[in-house]
Amino acid sequence: MAAPGVIAPSGLGSLIALLRDEGYRVVGPTVRDGVVVHDDLAGVDDLPVGWQDRQGPGTYRLERRDDEALFATAVGPHGPKRELFPPRQHLWEAVSDGDAVFHVVEPPAPDERIAFLGVRPCELAAIGVQDRVLLDGLAADRVYAAHREQVLLIAAECHQPAGTCFCASMGTGPGVVDNDGSVPVARADLAITELLEGEHRLLLRAGSEEGSRLLDAIDHRAATAEDHAARDASLAAATEQMGRHLDVEDVHDLLMGNLSHPRWDEVASRCLACTNCTMVCPTCFCTNVEDTTDLSGERASRDRRWDSCFTIEFSHAGPTSVRTSTRARYRQWLTHKLATWIDQFDTSGCVGCGRCITWCPVGIDLTEEVAAIRASDGRKSTS
Amino acid sequence: MSRPSLAVWKFASCDGCQLSLLSAEDELLTLAEEVHIAHFLEATREVAPGPYDVSLVEGSITTPADAERIRHVRSISGTLITIGACATAGGIQALRNLADVEAYASLVYGHPEYISTLAESTSIAQHVPVDFELRGCPVEVPQLLEVVSALLAGRKPVTPPHAVCLECKLRGAVCVMVANGTPCLGPITQAGCGARCPAFNRGCYGCFGPMETPNTASLSDHLHDELGICDDDLARLLRTFNADAPEFRAEARRRESIAAARGEDAT
Repeated sequence: MAAPGVIAPSGLGSLIALLRDEGYRVVGPTVRDGVVVHDDLAGVDDLPVGWQDRQGPGTYRLERRDDEALFATAVGPHGPKRELFPPRQHLWEAVSDGDAVFHVVEPPAPDERIAFLGVRPCELAAIGVQDRVLLDGLAADRVYAAHREQVLLIAAECHQPAGTCFCASMGTGPGVVDNDGSVPVARADLAITELLEGEHRLLLRAGSEEGSRLLDAIDHRAATAEDHAARDASLAAATEQMGRHLDVEDVHDLLMGNLSHPRWDEVASRCLACTNCTMVCPTCFCTNVEDTTDLSGERASRDRRWDSCFTIEFSHAGPTSVRTSTRARYRQWLTHKLATWIDQFDTSGCVGCGRCITWCPVGIDLTEEVAAIRASDGRKSTS
Repeated sequence: MSRPSLAVWKFASCDGCQLSLLSAEDELLTLAEEVHIAHFLEATREVAPGPYDVSLVEGSITTPADAERIRHVRSISGTLITIGACATAGGIQALRNLADVEAYASLVYGHPEYISTLAESTSIAQHVPVDFELRGCPVEVPQLLEVVSALLAGRKPVTPPHAVCLECKLRGAVCVMVANGTPCLGPITQAGCGARCPAFNRGCYGCFGPMETPNTASLSDHLHDELGICDDDLARLLRTFNADAPEFRAEARRRESIAAARGEDAT
């Protein structure tokens, strides 16, 4: 494995060029429509150079910094989930040969090689969670597996968390977390730490043979003890700056022991059931399957699209929905994310990225909801 | 199986939904093969006699004559499908429901005594049983074709009643409310348009009417308290193409009462 190295910010351009030459589609953070989205990167200039985000419940704004930082924005509304587990997926179609005999045609498995650049530690954790859900077991998904196996992950550690970040609470950041089995974390092939103190530079650490090969292929100098110390200081400062905190102590039993808490009614009065939190969540994996036929009746299609536990149709079972109230649906979402996910997959479904807080149109904050339930824990009052 | 016959009817409307059917250019020939287009005055004066297997009804009921005519249409139709906001919620002309129609008529017409009109613009379902209501102002061509295809195949159409937000996120559009503070009806409006306006950086106008479980009060409180939209503007925002959809109507009235209680100008 290559030893850690240091490059100038512009050196990242060589890495992007190299990846593109090798046939990778390079996807990472870039500014569009006033926010940082995930899109194709052709060079360093496509990154959010000199931008910083101000995120709060239901609000996101970009602001100029007085430096040329590449990775001073936290996560935006998009993430690698868009490519690994696409919003819409054509599954198959049945085409008539004209004699009422139907032939099933499946689309080819995806064979696109994507290099995700600037993947945040919380997103590595989210990919780890989705790997656990979608690579094995009941919900194993061949499309996800096909995308996943060709993906290269180049992480960027966080030195500037947003106001809605709480990865430190969830143990998923702000630095890349080693996969010690306690939380499932996807392995980064290469991890970038942007160092702004003194000379603006990027510390690169290889996490796989592929990452090692890439590091060897670009000009760099060996990392020094000072570089590593600067990284430690940057991550410690980032941990201090987390915009949010979620007390996860006993959270499973806290939520499952408070299923009749009045807070569920209170939050339901504000919740729009608009599905935004689940759409931006990097671990939410629920889908609906839509079957359609064309006018002539000669072609039938089956397509999958992201769905949400906040829609009525999603919990339609038998004659009606089993979760008709918004109260029931919000409670289902929060208890699944933070509690029953652990029963199902032996990990929390939350990685602390804060997207559900920022992108809720009315700014519902799950850390506040959990704190409110904890503050008047129904289990204590009855014991 | 013989080709089912199709009739298209117009009531008080702008014809935009009928035009949506005509603008389905790539599919029109196939449609004409699969169904017998028996009555469609927007397309042809040639009319085949009823009854008709399927009727598509555009427009709202605004005159005593139309209130009678829709009963006749119902009686000669097998499956009756309403198309668009007028037929489904009274349309933009349902703004008259908030006003004095006689006063309007006396201002607009030289001889208002010649005008025979109803005090309110109402949806088709308020007059006769409707088998399916397709939303939109106007309806979206793919959804219209989907409804007809589903009917021909004897299956349920895929026209999900969830919020526009879900479609916005599917296409990767950035939320205009969160990122710009632009008022948007997307969270309380039914999907179907593909989130066209938010994708072009405009707030949703609510063309498809209320979604399945619209929390209108929470959204409008947020728009008022956090984004600084005044009660009058909120009432106007809700009073466009689906002004008389019950949830939008009730919330617009609530904003007016709040304004009145505050002593703000609610004109």
